[in-house]
Amino acid sequence: MSDAHDKHPNDKGPNDQGPNDKGADKNLNGNGLPAPRDAAGEVIRVRKGMFGAENGGDTTGYGGLVRTIALPGASARPYGGWFDEVADELEGALEEQGLLPENAIEKTVVDRGELTFHIAREHLVRVAQTLRDDPALRFELCTGVSGVHFLEDKGRELHAVYHLRSITHNRLIRLEVSAPDADPHVPSLVSVYPTNDWHERETYDFFGLIFDGHPALTRIMMPDDWQGFPQRKDYPLGGIPVEYKGAQIPAPDQRRSYS
Amino acid sequence: MSASHASASHASARETTEGTVYTVTGGDWDEVVQSAAKADDERIIVNMGPQHPSTHGVLRLILEIEGETVSEARCGIGYLHTGIEKNLEYRTWTQGTTFVTRMDYLTPFFNEAAYCLGVEKLLGIEDQIPDRASVIRVLLMELNRLSSHLVCIATGGMELGATTIMIYGFRDRELILDIYELITGLRMNHAYIRPGGLAQDLPPGAVDQIREFVKKMKKNLPEYDKLATGNPIFKARMQDVGYLDLAGCMALGATGPVLRSAGLPHDLRKAQPYCGYENYDFEVPTADTCDSYGRFLIRLEEMRQSLRIIEQCLDRLAPGPVMVADKKIAWPAQLALGPDGLGNSLDHIKKIMGTSMEALIHHFKLVTEGFRVPAGQAYTAVESPKGELGVHVVSDGGTRPYRVHFRDPSFTNLQAMAAMCEGGQVADVIVAVASIDPVMGGVDR
Repeated sequence: MSDAHDKHPNDKGPNDQGPNDKGADKNLNGNGLPAPRDAAGEVIRVRKGMFGAENGGDTTGYGGLVRTIALPGASARPYGGWFDEVADELEGALEEQGLLPENAIEKTVVDRGELTFHIAREHLVRVAQTLRDDPALRFELCTGVSGVHFLEDKGRELHAVYHLRSITHNRLIRLEVSAPDADPHVPSLVSVYPTNDWHERETYDFFGLIFDGHPALTRIMMPDDWQGFPQRKDYPLGGIPVEYKGAQIPAPDQRRSYS
Repeated sequence: MSASHASASHASARETTEGTVYTVTGGDWDEVVQSAAKADDERIIVNMGPQHPSTHGVLRLILEIEGETVSEARCGIGYLHTGIEKNLEYRTWTQGTTFVTRMDYLTPFFNEAAYCLGVEKLLGIEDQIPDRASVIRVLLMELNRLSSHLVCIATGGMELGATTIMIYGFRDRELILDIYELITGLRMNHAYIRPGGLAQDLPPGAVDQIREFVKKMKKNLPEYDKLATGNPIFKARMQDVGYLDLAGCMALGATGPVLRSAGLPHDLRKAQPYCGYENYDFEVPTADTCDSYGRFLIRLEEMRQSLRIIEQCLDRLAPGPVMVADKKIAWPAQLALGPDGLGNSLDHIKKIMGTSMEALIHHFKLVTEGFRVPAGQAYTAVESPKGELGVHVVSDGGTRPYRVHFRDPSFTNLQAMAAMCEGGQVADVIVAVASIDPVMGGVDR
C-alpha cells in the first residue's frame, strides 16, 4: 500500500477559473486574457414559441417568439493554461506525419474550462493515435464515446464525443466528430483504444451511428431485432398517461416542454 | 432439418398486420453437428445467467469450456436497460437526480454527485456551492464508498461459500443504510444531492449517529482482516485469479480498484479534486498483484481511508446554507416533515399562498418549469467505488437536459471479464467477476 501521488500536482490548469459562461465577453482564460469567439457559434436549432406547442394555435402570447440556439463557437488563441501546449503539440505532431492540422482539426472550442477539438471524421483515428502515442500528449485513457443527435443541425446531425484522459500529465480533453444522418459513418477507435468496443456498440445501438472498422458492431442494450435507434431525437419516448387520484397525468413526452 | 432450410437466410421476414414477423429457422444443423463431433468431446458451451445468483444481478455469461478450463468467455448485457438517459431528456434538470440515483443502485450518492457537478459546471456556479453542502456531499459519498465495498466483499465472499463474511458485510452495511434513512428518508434512491446543493440539511442527531457508527466500524473492520485476509482458503481462491496487468487495464479503460491493483495510484479524488477533496487527508492504496486478492485488500484499505475522511468531514461541518444563494436556481421551498411525510414546509406555503403572489409565481415557475441552463456541454467525473464515473451533459439552453451520458465504471470494467477469465477455471470466473464488482443497474442504465 503506498501513496505515490507526487506526479499529480493539484494543478487543475484552466479549470480553476471562476464561472465563465455568463456571456462571451466574460470568457477569461487562464492568463486573464479574453478569448474571442465567433459571434455566431454553432447554430443547432431555431426555437419558436414558448411552451413547445408544435401544432394547433398558441394562445400564450409567446407564439411569435423566435430564438436561435447556438453552442459555443470556435475560440481563437491563446486558449490559456496548458490548452495551448496541447494544441501546439498536436498540431506539430500531425504536421510531422504530413497531415495539415487545419484539415484534421475543424475548430477548437474552449468553454467552461474544457478544451474541445472538432475533428474531421476521416482523420479521427490518426489524431487519436497521435494523442495516445506522442510522449508530450500521452492521452492513454479513453472514457468511451457519447453520441449526441442534433436533429436540426443539417449535415452535422450526429455527433460522437470522446473524452480522453492523460494520467501522465493529469489532463482531460474532448474530441468531437460529426456525421450527417444521410451517411452515419465514423471510423472506429477500437484499434487505438480497445475500451471503446462496448462504448461504440452502445452508441450504435442508441443512435445508429456506424463505426467503420469495429470488430463486431451489434446491438448491446436493446434486443437484437429492435427496430430503430431509441436515443435519436426523432424516436419518441413512448410514455403512457398515468391516473393519479382520479386525474390523468399526461406522459412525460406529452407535457409542456417550456422550451 | 432439411438442407433446403439452410440456404440463404435463417430469419426470413414477412409483413403482417401486427408488424414485421421473423421466422427464425436456425443454421445448417448438419454442419453444426459435424463440426461439434470433430471437436474435443469435453468442449461445451455453458450459459451462466442472466438469472444466476452469483453473476451479480442480470449478467449473462456465455462460457466455452473444455473440461474445467474456460477457453472463451463473453458477456451478454442489457437485461436491466431502463432507458434512464432517454428519460432524462423529458424531465427538468432537477428531476434528473431522481433518475440517476437509480442507475448504479449501490452507489446512489456518486451518481447524484457526478450529475449535479455536471449541471453546476454548465451553469457556471461551481464556486457558489456552499461549503456545508460540499462537506455533506463528501461525507455521504464516503459513507457510500463503505457501503458499496461492503456489499462487494460480502457477496464476493458468499460466492466463495464464505457465508460468515456475507453476514458481516450486510450487518455493517445496515448501519450505513440506517444513517441514509435518517438523513434522506430513504435507504436507496435518495435524490438528496441536487443541482446547486442538497435537498435539505442534516437532521438533528445525524452527526452523533455517524460518530457512533465510525466508532463501531473501527471495531468491526479488523474482523474482516481476521476472517479473510490471512485465511488460506480465501487466499487460495483469490490469489492470481482474475489477473489483469497495467497494460491490460489501460487498454480496456479499467479504473478504480482494478486499475489500482495493477499498481497505478490513479484516483480522481487526488488527480482532479472535486467537492473540496484536496482539503482532506487520505491515502490511495495500491497493490502490485493485479489479481482478485489485491483488489480485496485495496477495498479493505479504502474503507479505512473512508472512515478517516468521514471523521474529517464531521470536524469540518460548520453551520451554513446547503443550497446556492441564487434564487433562480435554488429550490424555492424548505422541506419539512408533515403528518403525511416530507413536503414543503407549512411556513413556506403560508407565505406564498397568503402574502406574496410573486413568491407563489416564482415557486410555481421554478418547480414546474425548472431553471434554464446555458447551451453547451460539460464532462465531470468522480471516483466512484468502482472507478471513474463520468457524466457528459449537453444543454441546448432549455429547462431539460438535451443529452446526458453516463460513463459507468461497471460497464467499462466488465469488458475486462474475458481477459481475466479466458484460460482459467470455471470456478474462478465467479471470483474474477466478483472482483470487478459490476452492478447491472449501472452497466445497463
